[in-house]
Amino acid sequence: MRNLVPILTVLAAIVALWYAAVAPMNIRGALDVAERAGSDVVPAESRTRFEQSIWRLMADNSEHIALGYSLDRPRLPTPVQVGAELWKTTGEMALRGRALSKRSLIYHGWITLQSTLWGFGLGTVLGMAGAIAIVYSRVVNMSLMPWAIISQTVPIVALAPMIIVLSSQVGVEGRTVPKAIISAYLCYFPVLVGMVKGLRSPGAAQLDLLRTYSASGLQAFLKLRLPASMPYLFTSLKIGIAAALVGTIVGELPTGAISGLGARILIGDQFGTPLAIWAALFAAAILAGVLVTLLDLMQRVTLRRMGMQA
Amino acid sequence: MQDQADAAVLDRSTTKPVISAKSLDLTFQTNDGPVHALSGVDLDIGKGEFVSFIGPSGCGKTTFLRCIAALETPTGGTLTVNGMTPDEARRARAYGYVFQAAGLYPWRTIEKNIALPLEIMGYSKAEQNARIARVLDLVELSNFGKKYPWQLSGGMQQRASIARALAFDADILLMDEPFGALDEIVRDHLNEQLLELWARTEKTIGFVTHSIPEAVYLSTKIVVMSPRPGRITDVIDSPLPKERPLDIRDTPEFLAIAHRVREGLRAGHAYDD
Repeated sequence: MRNLVPILTVLAAIVALWYAAVAPMNIRGALDVAERAGSDVVPAESRTRFEQSIWRLMADNSEHIALGYSLDRPRLPTPVQVGAELWKTTGEMALRGRALSKRSLIYHGWITLQSTLWGFGLGTVLGMAGAIAIVYSRVVNMSLMPWAIISQTVPIVALAPMIIVLSSQVGVEGRTVPKAIISAYLCYFPVLVGMVKGLRSPGAAQLDLLRTYSASGLQAFLKLRLPASMPYLFTSLKIGIAAALVGTIVGELPTGAISGLGARILIGDQFGTPLAIWAALFAAAILAGVLVTLLDLMQRVTLRRMGMQA
Repeated sequence: MQDQADAAVLDRSTTKPVISAKSLDLTFQTNDGPVHALSGVDLDIGKGEFVSFIGPSGCGKTTFLRCIAALETPTGGTLTVNGMTPDEARRARAYGYVFQAAGLYPWRTIEKNIALPLEIMGYSKAEQNARIARVLDLVELSNFGKKYPWQLSGGMQQRASIARALAFDADILLMDEPFGALDEIVRDHLNEQLLELWARTEKTIGFVTHSIPEAVYLSTKIVVMSPRPGRITDVIDSPLPKERPLDIRDTPEFLAIAHRVREGLRAGHAYDD
């Protein structure tokens, strides 16, 4: 409960800033509506208004500013409008039994979630395998690590279409697999880095102790390095799943996909419906929040069961 | 009585030493040139002895202990443990090692921590439980088996780590400043307990310390070492009886040995650097 006050304070500040920004962002749209409704607007024509700054327009037409808060196609929708759109495309459709309709964000969220989870699984496995190889082999450490870092400097937006094209070349149907690959590409890195650190976390004395028992390498891994790396693993997984979601959405953006949250964002942009973009954006954020929270719960349960937290 | 004592003397002179070092050298190659961690170390340790190694930092006392444990490899001379090379002795599980930090796994209970070497060495579950109960009793932690390390005080954690080293039947116990990080009162108590434990188990103990009273109180043999190069400057066979209450530290005999240790340390240590 003590956390609630600061969180709500920040939230209130964000909402206040948002509402304040709606007026200048939507002033042109508001004046167009007012003009069409026959009100007096200064200056009178949309094209001449374009030469005026939004601040000037607001000063000259203060009585019409309020219209900006209820436009059909606002530049910047209000939080209430976004919430309503989100409800309309999720909860309301679910209540009418059309949760998996192609107009529903639940359907698109499910498409995105599937690729995210595949990518997350693939990325986690790759990241852990890479980390084990790096920790146990000097050669791999020196050869793989630099490439892992370089891989993250390539803009994923440039890489995504190529992965789609190449995977269709080798006969992969649909977009789930290439999207999962793009997602894994972003996801494996935090897991790799976190696990390398985690597997290396036992000190020299800990390793010496196992040597005095003449423990095998496998025993040292299973009894010392792996359990010691658990706190690092979960931290990495939380970053990794968020990265996997971003990867999936990026995979849906420039590739002509028609389903998934990324596709909704792109379609909303092309059809000039910012409300749809914002709703999809919030759906993605909520999805990420849920996934990270689930991992956080798993972390708490696991570490508590391991006795590592009070 | 006299016969028994004679027999003991005879026994001591005829049995081979448990640990035997002959002109042992260990040189580390560093970027600043070679470091002579050990130079010409000769030492025999008999069965059931309690031997302390004392000296300033860099005198090689820990390095010597690590050589016995085959955690370091000497660059010259010979070293045998139970008549074997240190490496063979390690594989034969000849010793238990106690580090300065207790080094218990935070994700294991005290019981499970003690089970660690037993799991690695492949003891059966029933055998593990029997041994855990026995060593927990030895270090007086019987009621704490189910606790996690963070629930125990520093002194209790170190006792648990001693129990871990005792869990498999090694005849030799190597201890590298096990009580160095503990306060004086806890240390006194643990010293007393360690002597009791030694009397009961008849193990051969190698014990590295910085503390003169600790070395004199515990040992049957005190090895005084000095640095650059790491070497032995004095070996003192303690005339103190095996039964040692804590107030033995105020007796003239005790103070005389402590004085000799101090003299040995002073002689071996150049104070101009």
